[in-house]
Amino acid sequence: MTDRGGVVAAATGVAALTTEEPVGRPAGWWGMVMFVATEATLFACLLGSYFYLRFQFGPQWPPGGVDKPKLLIPLLMTAVLVPSSLPVVWAEHGIRRGRRGRLRAGLAATLVLGLTFLALLAIEYAEDLKHFTMTTDVYGSLFYLITGFHGLHVLVGLTMIGWLLAASLRGGSFGSHRHERVRNAAIYWHFVDAVWVAILFTIYLSPRL
Amino acid sequence: MSTTTSTAPGVGRDDLARLAEHWAEPRSLRAWLTTVDHKKIGRRYLVTAAFFFVLAGLSALVMRTQLARPESGVVSPQEYNQLFTMHGTAMIFLFATPMLFGFGNFLVPLMIGSRDMAFPRLNAFGYWVFLFAGLFMWASLPFGAAPNNGWFAYAPLNQVQHNPGLHMDVYALGLLFLGISTTAGAINFIVTALKLRAPGMSLNRVPLFVWAIVATAFMVVFALPALNADNAMLFFDRRFGTHFFDPSGGGNVLLWQHLFWIFGHPDVYIIVLPALGIVSAVLPAFTRRGVVAYSLIVLSIVAIAIISFGVWVHHMFATGLPQLSYSFFSAASTVITIPSGIQIFAWLATMLLGRLVLRVPLLFVIGFVVTFVLGGVTGAMFAVTAFDQQVTDSYFVVAHFHYVLIGGAVFPMLAGIYYWLPKITGRMYHEGLGRWAFWLAFTGMHVTFFPMHLTGLFGMPRRVYTYRSEPGWDGWSLVSTVGSYLLALGLLLVLVGVVHAVRRGRPAPADPWEGDSLEWSTASPPEPYNFPVIPRVHSLHPTWDARTVESTTTGATADRVLSEGRRTLFTSELDARTERAVEMPEPSFKPLVLAGALLVFFTAMLLAAYPIAVLAVLVVAATIAAWLWPSRRPDEELGLAS
Repeated sequence: MTDRGGVVAAATGVAALTTEEPVGRPAGWWGMVMFVATEATLFACLLGSYFYLRFQFGPQWPPGGVDKPKLLIPLLMTAVLVPSSLPVVWAEHGIRRGRRGRLRAGLAATLVLGLTFLALLAIEYAEDLKHFTMTTDVYGSLFYLITGFHGLHVLVGLTMIGWLLAASLRGGSFGSHRHERVRNAAIYWHFVDAVWVAILFTIYLSPRL
Repeated sequence: MSTTTSTAPGVGRDDLARLAEHWAEPRSLRAWLTTVDHKKIGRRYLVTAAFFFVLAGLSALVMRTQLARPESGVVSPQEYNQLFTMHGTAMIFLFATPMLFGFGNFLVPLMIGSRDMAFPRLNAFGYWVFLFAGLFMWASLPFGAAPNNGWFAYAPLNQVQHNPGLHMDVYALGLLFLGISTTAGAINFIVTALKLRAPGMSLNRVPLFVWAIVATAFMVVFALPALNADNAMLFFDRRFGTHFFDPSGGGNVLLWQHLFWIFGHPDVYIIVLPALGIVSAVLPAFTRRGVVAYSLIVLSIVAIAIISFGVWVHHMFATGLPQLSYSFFSAASTVITIPSGIQIFAWLATMLLGRLVLRVPLLFVIGFVVTFVLGGVTGAMFAVTAFDQQVTDSYFVVAHFHYVLIGGAVFPMLAGIYYWLPKITGRMYHEGLGRWAFWLAFTGMHVTFFPMHLTGLFGMPRRVYTYRSEPGWDGWSLVSTVGSYLLALGLLLVLVGVVHAVRRGRPAPADPWEGDSLEWSTASPPEPYNFPVIPRVHSLHPTWDARTVESTTTGATADRVLSEGRRTLFTSELDARTERAVEMPEPSFKPLVLAGALLVFFTAMLLAAYPIAVLAVLVVAATIAAWLWPSRRPDEELGLAS
């Protein structure tokens, strides 16, 4: 992710190689895809642990008189987070055509949606903590670890988006070739989204099945 | 066959001067702390990993001294627990993988004809994290707070109510910290091998060593998260009272083992595969022919990388899992011997069909084949559930995995050290010293570990700090201890040999072995820019191929010299067609600052100084933001550079 994304024609001999849309994937793209792959495996391990512990535990789940999770706030969170992938795509398409305004607007929209998601998570936690905590039993441990880890990833993604927004507001230095970075941040953001859908199913829907 | 590069024809003097200027790193403290040169970073990995190897080896010698006689009291049980835990943890995490990453860092760009890794600053960052994480873990030993629960750290013994103190917190945090380095390194290897290969080096011309490193890197990407998840849960259990591995709160101790071995079994191959890659790289030079069955070896590397994810339960045959899972994992564990066997037979065929040049690297390769096959045979025995249940947790297991790891990883590494020493240091090693080192290490290894098969079959449990003499374990234990000193002496001679070569060795030519891969086409040691001309590859054995050699000496067009800046060439993923030239980053302090901030974070977490940890996280975020901040000229301008 240290790729500068710089496409340079080093000498007249390679001038023909420098095209608007490079033929192959840039190094940064591969780096981000591999990073997302390893992060996705981490969530697979956590969600796998959830089901392992649940089925080893026994038929009553959640245990200890905790109610099945309520769906209103999680569905609201889904409604905020899943569509937030769209403005990133829009921003990326914009900067590819050199339209910095679209980049800024798209990033700002994502930022707002992501922050709304985190605010909803805080409300969800405030409600849940009245009934159970991390230390109550293994259900609480799993619930807060998995949702907390995901919240942390949302925060990291928002930091990336915020960074891009700040860099794009600094005029001049954010050339059209920087769209590689927007694309990389977009990959990460889509990943955070996809993981949320898996978490929605595991944490909030599966106990009701 | 070899080429001298200092006066590469076709490259003008001013081209070389410009290259030297763009890639120059003066000898100063600043340059030492900021370097992003993959060769320097590779050397550092090798030296640092060797340092941790010595520490872990000394721990083993203390243990063997304790076990030489029954009921001896050289160390206390508490000290013994810390020693064997640090021995295993350090050998696996701080020596084996980083040592092979060191080889990879030094060699992969040279072997594929590139000027650096894909992400040079990430590479420097990975090294600093490895160094700091290693020191973080070893620093706990003088305080008597080192991990004390075995390198596998089984639950429930890793829980705070059974194991108070900082011991296992050091383990969990240390491995999480180190994991950052390993992941960063693995991603870097994958992208480097995909994008930075010299023009013409299509996938069927990639050296086997690079294949092995890439397969390993993929395994790291998909295996390490399991260990990270495990350690995160362990730390939360110990520090914040969660119940993942605590049955009293509904947790399950076997979850630890599942996740640990989902990582741990691939990790065996994470260590062995690159070592096997070294064997495939060393053999052509000393048999005077290419390794037999290139495609089959590539396929078996890929097969091992995949199947290794499906065998973890064979570490858990004694835990009372359902019978069906035993059948599946027993079968998978048997199947994985097939690709391993393919490689062994390919090397044997190479040696049979070739003309052997019996120098020290080849001696170690032969020692590797003998030892690794013995370890593989006992490995196949473990795939039989009934046998496994009989000998598990006995010294038979210790014998098996030391045959696999010393035979399968350490011997190839030693072969690699002797083979590439001229390239790394520019000096030749002393042949006689090397032979002594080999015979002592080889004899010592077998004298140490062969008797453990017997003590294991006689029922001696592993991990015990002492034993009674009645079961008849003492004679063989004494033999093992004597062997361990022989082995240590042999390894000491390797070290002496390296120091001797650096101090007194005669200067090495660019290609002392007539090797077949691209690193031998550059000077020894290579210039900071590696290649004056990016080579054009026409075959699997580029330096044996007249057309490739010619491509590095004549017809040096501007697009392959790239002397206008700190640049290297990107090519397409599959067939390595030239895509574009890319500007490589300058030296920077930021990798060191970032790694230092992470060290502060993990130390603060260990000592429960959470405000400092929060502060460190902010420094980490600020450093990354500054690292990536676009400070150079806009790319559009560069795109038009002549």
